[in-house]
Amino acid sequence: MGALGKPIILMVAMYAFLKFGLPNIPGSAPLPSSLIFLYLLLTAGGIFMFETVSGESKDAFWGPIQRFLTGENIGGLQALRYGVFILFPLLVGWQTYGSTAVSDLPPTESRTIHPAPPGEYTGLSNPVPKTPDNIMQGKGFYAAYCSPCHGGNFDGKGPAARGFIPAPANFADPTTIAMLQESYLFWRIKKGGVGLPIEGAPWKSAMPRWEVELPDEWIWKIILGEYDGAHQSPRTWE
Amino acid sequence: MRQGVSMVQRALRAVGSHGGWLAGLLLMAGWLALPSVGIAAEGTTAGPTEYRDIPYVGSRNLVWIVAQLHLLLAGFVLGVPIFAWLCEVIAWRGGEKRYDKLAKEFTKLLTSAYATTALFGGILLFLLVAFYPKLMNYLTDVFFPSFLLYCFLFLLETATLYLYWYGWDAMQHGRKKTLHVFLGFLLNFFALFIMIVPNAWATFQSSPVVIADGTAFERAWAATWNPTWWPINIHRLIANVVLGGYICGAYAGVRYLSVKSPEDREHYDWMGYVGNFIGVFGLLALPFAGYWLMREIYQYNQQMGITLMGGFLSWLFIIQAMLIGVLFLGSNYYFWLGITYRIPGSEGKYRRAMLMMLVSLLLCLAVWMTPHSLVASIEEAQKMGGAHHPLLGVLGVMSAKMTVSNLMILITFMSFVMYWRAGKQDTAGWAKLGKAVMGAVLVLASLAVIVLGVWGYFVPAIVRINYFSTSQVLIVIFVILTITPLTALLLKSAKTTTEMVWGSMPPRAGYSLVLNAVMVILLMTLMGYARSSSRVHWHVYGVMRDTSPYAYSPALGSASLIMAFCTFSFCLLVAFIFWVATMGDKYKAVPGPGKGELPHGIPAMAGGAPEEQSPRLR
Repeated sequence: MGALGKPIILMVAMYAFLKFGLPNIPGSAPLPSSLIFLYLLLTAGGIFMFETVSGESKDAFWGPIQRFLTGENIGGLQALRYGVFILFPLLVGWQTYGSTAVSDLPPTESRTIHPAPPGEYTGLSNPVPKTPDNIMQGKGFYAAYCSPCHGGNFDGKGPAARGFIPAPANFADPTTIAMLQESYLFWRIKKGGVGLPIEGAPWKSAMPRWEVELPDEWIWKIILGEYDGAHQSPRTWE
Repeated sequence: MRQGVSMVQRALRAVGSHGGWLAGLLLMAGWLALPSVGIAAEGTTAGPTEYRDIPYVGSRNLVWIVAQLHLLLAGFVLGVPIFAWLCEVIAWRGGEKRYDKLAKEFTKLLTSAYATTALFGGILLFLLVAFYPKLMNYLTDVFFPSFLLYCFLFLLETATLYLYWYGWDAMQHGRKKTLHVFLGFLLNFFALFIMIVPNAWATFQSSPVVIADGTAFERAWAATWNPTWWPINIHRLIANVVLGGYICGAYAGVRYLSVKSPEDREHYDWMGYVGNFIGVFGLLALPFAGYWLMREIYQYNQQMGITLMGGFLSWLFIIQAMLIGVLFLGSNYYFWLGITYRIPGSEGKYRRAMLMMLVSLLLCLAVWMTPHSLVASIEEAQKMGGAHHPLLGVLGVMSAKMTVSNLMILITFMSFVMYWRAGKQDTAGWAKLGKAVMGAVLVLASLAVIVLGVWGYFVPAIVRINYFSTSQVLIVIFVILTITPLTALLLKSAKTTTEMVWGSMPPRAGYSLVLNAVMVILLMTLMGYARSSSRVHWHVYGVMRDTSPYAYSPALGSASLIMAFCTFSFCLLVAFIFWVATMGDKYKAVPGPGKGELPHGIPAMAGGAPEEQSPRLR
């Protein structure tokens, strides 16, 4: 088991790190099984490649597996071999059953966080000039209408945020509003969660449809305030 | 009456032995003729016909499959001449005859491949005219002048190809060889235009430029010079080189696995190396071209950009990352196998470096494959607070992806340099300094790419896109342009300590070459779907709406079935082309009284020009 021992230990260590180590890093969360599977697959692929890159390492790695499977000179491991031959098909069957059987659990989620906006909301530019007054007004509107969920620090940690899954967007995160144009935010604020396309799972979002309460000018000012407060810049092409 | 019955019986008996084929052909012809029956009649009562359909398969699926196969074949037919011409030039300038032989071996495929590509192009045209008459009418109105140009280019390309192939043996020496090399250049020159003219039609559908005034030529020119035309041209040109290289590698891999004699094993081992080398060097440039294309799409239309990169098609880019990752891993693996098997005794020396490269590649690939929105069960999503992981979510955006793709290119390049240097000992007095400079360039460049990638999170998107990403690319190019000549200079005076042994690779080397080719083909089918689907419910984006029953984007699962089918079919077609093109050689290789002496001889196979030297069994 010499050459096989290291890969097995590495796989187990990697699984333990992904399952128990990484989630406990401050600011982290448990990883979904799809991601753990992906990383383990890469690890296994890497092990396979490295162990077969030369004749000697391939024989050292593959030899014990081959001997075990063919039953040549494995002595007391014969019972284990039969056990594997019985258990492996059962495991495959169980996995197949688990992935195809009718379940009362909701389907796995693959929600698109930033779906494409409708055509009428693309290419719009903010009609409100970016002046200190307008930014200040925008922050005021933000404090009144948005901060209960998105937080006074624009970090998605408002007092009401804990009640929502998915959590309100964190504007200070460089992977949210910094990736988008102002027109995109205008669409999202104006139409809210119900205005999302199917791939954005509109039933998941609690974002209000602000067009029924706020005039367009206020929404544009809120956008100015949001970017300024979160220390981010909108995506532009100039 | 009895005579009539017996005639029918005789006819049935005569057909009997070929009944299966005939029945199949009749069924196929009937099926293809279905659009002209009944369905077309709808147009007579409610204005001109806009669409026709075909039962069971559906018009869209059929056009999709035929268009994808045509595109793959076209990529092959345009990639192989580049590959062959480069090999011929190497042989012509360097005097290595085996490159000339390799170039000829691949040019031999071109005549049959060219005919097959044209055949699929013709089928595609008939299907488009039959299924989408309104769209084709519109496109003809816009592009009529370029249709004529395309026909003219085809004539030039065909004539050049015939001269290039059939004149190979006659133009082997002196000025005739120069003329032959020039013909190869012309072949690629015309092929480039044959590619970019239809690219204009396809890119016009995605990013149309429509002008109402002006002559037919002016309107066609405006429509041609649309925002995504040149990005696609460059992207496809490089991709064709990659496809040509990897298919050459796969062919060599398959032959390597089947040949018995040491000579043949050496030849196909070497051919596999050349194919992999050309594929890898195209692959190094491909992400840059792809990035430029996506940038232009994003700038052209935010909706289309987000549909591709952030919307429902964004999952395709995770699959793309996986396929490209496998391609990078497969190519590096082949280099490493080459070091350990072709250069005896070098395994111990390079094993640690291989491990470091492999770990770095896997880390980069893990970042590249991490999605922004994760697939999660409801409990998992609750624990994360949504589909976005609070820690790993930052890996899901372009800054991270660009950084790791650049690093993977650097690692792959260094893999090649390691292979290049293996088995040689430096003798130059400045070798130590040279290696220190190269090491410093590599380390500093890697650090700079990583710093720019992290910094990219803290600057406006436009700064990242226009300056940081471009700088990362320039840094990688600088490394390649610095280390390549330095290594070449070092190796010029180096002493060979271990001779390279060709033909000693294990079977898995052949399989990895085949895997690389399949990955490239899958990638092309995947991106074909992405590019077409990004138009969503438009035939011509924002100009002509798709009003057919197929005005919806197919689900990724069902799309992947078509992609897999296209990949499989293309592999079969390529295998057929190779088989047809080399059939004549096998007959010629049979010694003594064989089929060559049959009264009627053997029909001339496409591409079966006479060999200059006595052929041998391959």
